Amino acid sequence: MIEVRLHGRGGQGAVTSAELIAVAAINQGKYAQAFPSFGPERRGAPVQAFVRVSEEPIRTREKIYFPDVVLVLDPSLPSIVNVTAGLKEDGLVILNSHKDEKELREMLGGWRGRLAVVDATKIALEELGLPITNTTMLGAFLKATGLVDQKYLEEALEERFGRLAEKNKKAMARAIKEIKIYQ
Amino acid sequence: MGKRIAKEVSIAVAEAVKQCRVDVIAAYPITPQTHIVEHLSELVANGELDAEYITVESEHSAISACLGSVATGARTFTSTSAQGLALMHEILFITSALRLPVVMVVANRALSAPISIWNDHADIMAQRDVGWIQTFAENGQEAVDLVYHAFRVAEDRRVMFPAIVNIDGFTLSHMIEPIELPDQEQVDQYLPPFKPRYKLDPRKPISIGPVGIPEIYTEAKKAQDEAFKNAYRVIIKAWDEFEKIFGRRYRPVETYRMEDAEVALLIMGSLAETAMTAVDRMREAGKKVGLVRIRLWRPFPLRDFVRAVKGVKMLAVVDRALSPGATGGPVAVEVRSALYQVPGRPRVVSFIAGLGGRDVTVEDFEEMADKAYFYLKKKPKESYEMIGVKE
Repeated sequence: MIEVRLHGRGGQGAVTSAELIAVAAINQGKYAQAFPSFGPERRGAPVQAFVRVSEEPIRTREKIYFPDVVLVLDPSLPSIVNVTAGLKEDGLVILNSHKDEKELREMLGGWRGRLAVVDATKIALEELGLPITNTTMLGAFLKATGLVDQKYLEEALEERFGRLAEKNKKAMARAIKEIKIYQ
Repeated sequence: MGKRIAKEVSIAVAEAVKQCRVDVIAAYPITPQTHIVEHLSELVANGELDAEYITVESEHSAISACLGSVATGARTFTSTSAQGLALMHEILFITSALRLPVVMVVANRALSAPISIWNDHADIMAQRDVGWIQTFAENGQEAVDLVYHAFRVAEDRRVMFPAIVNIDGFTLSHMIEPIELPDQEQVDQYLPPFKPRYKLDPRKPISIGPVGIPEIYTEAKKAQDEAFKNAYRVIIKAWDEFEKIFGRRYRPVETYRMEDAEVALLIMGSLAETAMTAVDRMREAGKKVGLVRIRLWRPFPLRDFVRAVKGVKMLAVVDRALSPGATGGPVAVEVRSALYQVPGRPRVVSFIAGLGGRDVTVEDFEEMADKAYFYLKKKPKESYEMIGVKE
């Protein structure tokens, strides 16, 4: 079972991203759970969402304390939220940033584990005309984890966004191409 | 056959209600139940569900409208949580005593104060004696399946009692997970149209709910009680029939790895899944621990329960509600009493956990099972114990 924590700001679509990952995984025949951090949420404030993906039925309703993957939608979050909290040593951080590896590792308090980076804000602005990075970061997630197939994520996007799905699929595809993965 | 889809449990529940072809929905929004009635109102507004959606000014009005609606022979649904359910309290007794089969989903939530929107069972435990059929769902699939079952049982002429399906607020209501939604034909096959023997009809006037003078009140209550106990058989048969059509089997009490168990955890609701993982771990460590889950809370399935815990030395009851100053959590008190006359009965220890959204982890369940083992040797000092209190 792989456990994922998503960090975003209220309104950026972290919960939607979590949902789309779960939908894709389930449609692919796997088992998944997606859930928001329960409680009141405010636009612009740091928020979290969670996903579990497994080959077996999932038998827990616990919160996620020790994620395998952390996906951060907003470039400003790593400097104000401890996004690697509880992250397993062999875990993976996926960031939206234009900064270089050295700078990012410092920002993450010296994180030495796996790191994946894509400038999702730039891609989203160019492809969607909006700095909403959640679907772009799904491409990064897909490439860095291999947890879900692109086909199923695209179908989930189509189901969710209708005619807006095309643009989002393009943004996702660009993230798949432009992502940098550091071991 | 149905289709396996990824859905938020609240949305799936609303879709199931739609498949039940309800005529009337009256509800007042309250977290964490909101998504259910929100989605139903969308379905009605979009013309996908041909039903009357009555917006009301409070939960007291919601359940009152539902009561009146069922009395006219309309299939009726409502949903609420916490203080909303508490506000319905007065009318809940009337609904059951008048034998009006409203179906309600309660997304269980803590009662204020302090204000908490998060999950526990305080809301439903305060409604123990309202005379409604009450079930608890473990996961999204069960939440959906129990909705079909609730309508089928409640409206059966041999039953005619309202029913509550409990789903844990947030931990279940807001979870996106795989759910198999059956085909409409299957639901239609399972759930016949609602045809009450008596209904409010201006062409054929009757009175419902007159005064019960002392000469008849006791008899009315005796009749109600007998009918309620008899509902058990219909509940079981409706699950048998469910299995035939949908292929999923439900019983009033479920057990997990209870063969040769010395200690058994007992719980209701979705945290049973976390408890299963704890049981697996403890079994791996050589501890003879099992799990019992009560699905049917009212009418209480006494015989099924006694059979499920046979041979167990210590039963660790995990209550999700506090009954201040009582001799245990509400479920613990119930099962202690149920077991009292049983020869060779297990001992019962009462734990209160997961209040107001506090997470109950695998480790918490392991701790409770370990304590239960310990209390086999040494009697607990208190009659119940709260788990995970920060000191």
